[in-house]
Amino acid sequence: MKKFSKLAVTEFRLFLREPEAAFFTFIFPILMLFIFGSIYGNRQTEFFSGYGSVDASVPAYIAMIIATTGLLSISITVAMYRERGVLKRYRTTPLSSSSVMISQILVGFIMTLIGAVILIITAKLLYNLRFGGNVIDVAIAFILSSSSFFALGFLLAGIAPTARSANVIGMAIYFPNLFLSGATFPKQVFPAALDKISHFIPLRYVVEVMQGMWFGHNWSQHHRDVVILLVILVISVIISALTFRWE
Amino acid sequence: MPGQSVVKVNTLCKRYGKVKSVDGISFEVYQGEIFGMVGPNGAGKTTTIECIESLRRPDAGEVEVLGLDPVKDHKQLCERIGVQLQESSLPDRLHVDEALDLFSSFYRKSINWQELLLDLGLQEKARNAYVNLSGGQKQRLFIALALVNDPEIVFFDELTTGLDPQARRTMWELVHRIRDKGKTVFLTTHFMEEAERLCDRVAIIDCGKLIALDTPENLIRDLKEGQRIIFTLQDNVDPAQFHRIKYAESVAVSSDRITISGSSDHLISEVVNFLTGNGIHFRDLRTEQPSLEDVFLKLTGHQVRN
Ligand SMILES: Nc1ncnc2c1ncn2[C@@H]1O[C@H](COP(=O)(O)OP(=O)(O)OP(=O)(O)O)[C@@H](O)[C@H]1O
Ligand SMILES: [Mg+2]
Repeated sequence: MKKFSKLAVTEFRLFLREPEAAFFTFIFPILMLFIFGSIYGNRQTEFFSGYGSVDASVPAYIAMIIATTGLLSISITVAMYRERGVLKRYRTTPLSSSSVMISQILVGFIMTLIGAVILIITAKLLYNLRFGGNVIDVAIAFILSSSSFFALGFLLAGIAPTARSANVIGMAIYFPNLFLSGATFPKQVFPAALDKISHFIPLRYVVEVMQGMWFGHNWSQHHRDVVILLVILVISVIISALTFRWE
Repeated sequence: MPGQSVVKVNTLCKRYGKVKSVDGISFEVYQGEIFGMVGPNGAGKTTTIECIESLRRPDAGEVEVLGLDPVKDHKQLCERIGVQLQESSLPDRLHVDEALDLFSSFYRKSINWQELLLDLGLQEKARNAYVNLSGGQKQRLFIALALVNDPEIVFFDELTTGLDPQARRTMWELVHRIRDKGKTVFLTTHFMEEAERLCDRVAIIDCGKLIALDTPENLIRDLKEGQRIIFTLQDNVDPAQFHRIKYAESVAVSSDRITISGSSDHLISEVVNFLTGNGIHFRDLRTEQPSLEDVFLKLTGHQVRN
């Protein structure tokens, strides 16, 4: 436990010293909020079944932060640690591979949570954010979504032969997820063809379940999202456990 | 009288594709000695040492370290050994003191790492990020990290590569101090001189095979090559006459440079007497003792570095 907590605290510090990662997790979502908030405001519309544009965007942007942490931050960090021999150096100590993985997940989780809280507070102060769900349900949706996407990040790091390829694959998956899932543009504006494609985009299910819980839907309306995210989680965990390499 | 054996390697084999990186190596390392492994690039030093450190799994043969099996008892073994890898790194923005603190926390037992900072001359760099250290400073940090758990055996793969001559000598002293604390040191090096000066016993490795293993003195003695006396002639004289010098076993001539070899300690005075007695003018006279470099050349037919 001592070794794990020290490693987690260290990784936490290292994350904060990495300006790019901190920017995309903490600042970028707020910039998005400012831009779209100033264009559309947060008036209630039928379009978002009685909620405003900001009310729908906040859970969607939280989905975006989750994707950033999983697909970019975790996958690239792990692949880079491996390529540069950091993991090999850890391997010469009694540290276990699960400590390495769990510390990454924990730090990713805390950072994502901080990013989400900053976003929520800003939206509340500036746009009088509305919330129709209950906190527990939103927290469960958040934890499930994060777990799935962080596991996906480990899977990427495991199958990518080099840090550079992890970077390229991460980006190649990240951007379609960002734009075709409803995380940045609401899927209500998608033409039918795009809407079909978006069913193959994993982040779509994060957006749906996060928005659903935010608006106070019943879990029964989101069975499909939950099942798909669980499947992604289980498959990713299995593959990343099998493909984990120290060097 | 050798101590107890702490590393036992028996017909170790490891191959990568068609390359037999390690091809049936056997040896033992004794408690409290400084054991060196020398050999050219690609000889199999790193592969061997990493099988012992439980980082690689041998294809065949047995390895036992401190009575443990490196493959099965990875964790227990890691508690008791210290490792400096030939190639590794740390996160760019990790500070020197944080690295030592972090690695100390990985072990059940660890020593005060502040002292290690002093020992390795890193105290002024304690608050520096890893990425901002020079190559030699990084090397010293890795050596410090190899010592945080007060290990029983310390492995240094290429201990002094990248260090300046001053730092190299400091490192040699440090290795002696580590051994004086009762620890065993296992190191690899390209520098024959380093192996000769530092190690109690040296294993010479080439193409995955163990070619010789003994103390540097014995290896050199077994070469049966005496000292060499080298000088440059200033006049035109017939070098054939040098064969008449007492104790001269061979005479080699390359233009005006003469090399006379022999195993007697009196050779040097005989050569000087002969030259002055016959009024032969010479300059730049020096003697050369055979070194591990010569042992290597003789045993493998090639230089360590080509
Ligand atoms: N992981 C690996 N994959 C493929 N080949 C390898 C691997 N590790 C070592 N080899 C090969 O095994 C041989 C021995 O390599 P090794 O690193 O053990 O040599 P070395 O004596 O440490 O050399 P150097 O002095 O350059 O460090 C080399 O031919 C190398 O290419
Ligand atoms: Mg090597």
